[in-house]
Formats: sequence, C-alpha cells, structure tokens
Amino acid sequence: MRQPVLAGILAAATTLTLAGIGLAQSAGGLTSLRGAAIDEPVVLDQVFQQDTQRFNREYRQQPPLIPHSVEQYQIDLKANQCLGCHDWSNAGDRSAPTLSMTHYLDRDGHEMDQVAGTRWFCNQCHVPQVNAPALVDNAFVPSVAR
Amino acid sequence: MANNSSNEKRPGFIRRIWNGFWSPSGVLSLGFLLIAGFLGGVMAWGGFHWALEETNTEQFCTSCHSMTKNWDEYTETIHYNNHSGVRATCPDCHVPHEWQYKVKAKIMASKDLYHEIIGTIDTDEKYEDHRLKMATSVWTKMKTTDSRECRNCHSFEYMDFTIQETRAAADHQKALDEGKTCIDCHQGIAHGLPADYLEQYKLIAEGIEAAK
Repeated sequence: MRQPVLAGILAAATTLTLAGIGLAQSAGGLTSLRGAAIDEPVVLDQVFQQDTQRFNREYRQQPPLIPHSVEQYQIDLKANQCLGCHDWSNAGDRSAPTLSMTHYLDRDGHEMDQVAGTRWFCNQCHVPQVNAPALVDNAFVPSVAR
Repeated sequence: MANNSSNEKRPGFIRRIWNGFWSPSGVLSLGFLLIAGFLGGVMAWGGFHWALEETNTEQFCTSCHSMTKNWDEYTETIHYNNHSGVRATCPDCHVPHEWQYKVKAKIMASKDLYHEIIGTIDTDEKYEDHRLKMATSVWTKMKTTDSRECRNCHSFEYMDFTIQETRAAADHQKALDEGKTCIDCHQGIAHGLPADYLEQYKLIAEGIEAAK
C-alpha cells in the first residue's frame, strides 16, 4: 500500500531534478563576465604610469590632481597619512603643498587647527593622475580657453 | 715502562702531550672523548639552530590566533604583494640577523605566548586598544637600532635616487644628509596605524634623541 506511493514520489522527484538540470544547462548558455566567448582570450588592461608633472585646473573648483602614487597610504578613521606631509603643521618640513585653508573650516564655518572631518577622506575628491585614456567618452569643455 | 722510568730520560713536552692525549680516561681515550664531544657539539648546535630557524617562519608566527589581524593587514602592503615578487616575511622585519640580538629577540618574544593564552589581543576591539602600545615598542626598537632590520635589505648606498619618484629622491637625500633613519618617515608600512600616529612617533623620537 505505502511502498508504491513512496516509489512514485521518488520517481517524480528524480525526473523533476534531472529535467531541471537539463533545462538550466540549455537556457542561455555560458557567458564570461566581460561578455567575451568562453574560449576567447580576454586581454588585460594596460598598466598606466603616473604623470608627475603639474597640470592646470580645467575648471576653477577642480580639486588638484595628485602627482604621486597613493596606493599604500592609509586614510581611515584612525589615521590619514596624506596629512603627514600636507597638513599645515608638516608641509614646510616636507616641502609639500599645504591643504587649502577651506579644509580647516567646520560645517558652520569656524576655523580649526585640525583638518575638518568633512575633508578627512582626501581621495574622495583628489585622485592620482595617470597617462590613461578616458574611461568613457565625454564632451567636457574646460572653463578656460586654451 | 714505569719500573725503569727513573733511569730513562723524561720524554719531551710534545711527546708527553701526545701520550696524555691518547691515554685512557677510565675506559675511553681522551681523543675519543674530544672527537665524540666535537661531533656531539655539532649536532647539538645544529639542532638548536634548526629549532631557532623553525620559529623564524611565517607559518610559525601566524600559528597563533593573536597574529591573524596583523597578518591580514600585512597582506595588503607592498612587502607582501608587489611587482617583483620579492617578499619580506615576518622575521625579516621583526627578528634581527645578528646572533646576540636574535637570541634576545627570541627570549623577549616568549611573553607573546603568555598574551596568546590570556587573550590580550584576541578581538578586534582589544587589538585596537593595544595598537598604539604595540606600534610604540616596534618604533622604539627601530629608532634605537637605526632601523637595523630595514637595512638588512634596504641600503642608501645602493639606492638609485634618479629612478625614484622626485619627492622620494629628494626626501631620501635629505634623510641621508640629516642622518635620519627609515622609521622616521616610514611608519605603518606593513601594519595599520593607530590614531595620532605622527604625534606619538614624534614624542618617542624626541625621547630617544634626548636620552642620547
């Protein structure tokens, strides 16, 4: 009485599983993350080198670019290694540009001796400059005529 | 020989040493004892050195739970992962090469076992609480030894300033002129920095300079 029912359920489950696997395999086929066919080699991006010269700003408010590598610098809740050279208290010794004084104003405009919390994460605005082509095409025109 | 020694000439100095060397001490000859002693010594010293070097491996260092956080931080830095594939492992920076300093460092390190057992830094929070203290002890060591462990690999003598970044070349020249040491600028190159690290480092450096 029970056994045929149990066997039926098992058979149904097996059939469903196999059919599911088969359907999943045939649906869409395999694609790689970058959209290339799976047997097609994906060429790695070229490594671009740091530009070390100073660039003019393209618009007045543009955050100046960083002419050196910054990968190894710690910028987090505890420490900001950029300030080791660029804070007003160190810039002279290290012959580095001092932060703009706007970076020492708190959100209410009060002047402070320490860099403002709102300005703590340097690389939110300032980025290293490399000789790489633009990632996306754009129609940007600098504010100043060259 | 003993009965006619009174009327024979006493053997020469070298002969007496030679005879003494090969005459038995109890059952074993002195020569056997010396050679066996030498070989035994080689084995004992070699074994000691081997065991010491076994404690100088990454696997050994990171076999304690306490060392997982600083290991993770280290794996994101240039001394772990870089273009040339040359690495500096834990003991390259933390254990001196010279024998007397190495043994001292190993003896000092036995306190780490105690801290591993009582769990001084076994959570992230505890680790952060101790970060400055741990950094301070390494900075102090580096500053007082003129960054001895850095200089096992890095040397001003063989640095080509012309292929360094401009700012690095200028600062290295300045460091050379002013007698600065690696750790004076390069704190936190392999592990995370504590809050106010620069102020804290300056205090330590001033203390050491004043004590000189």
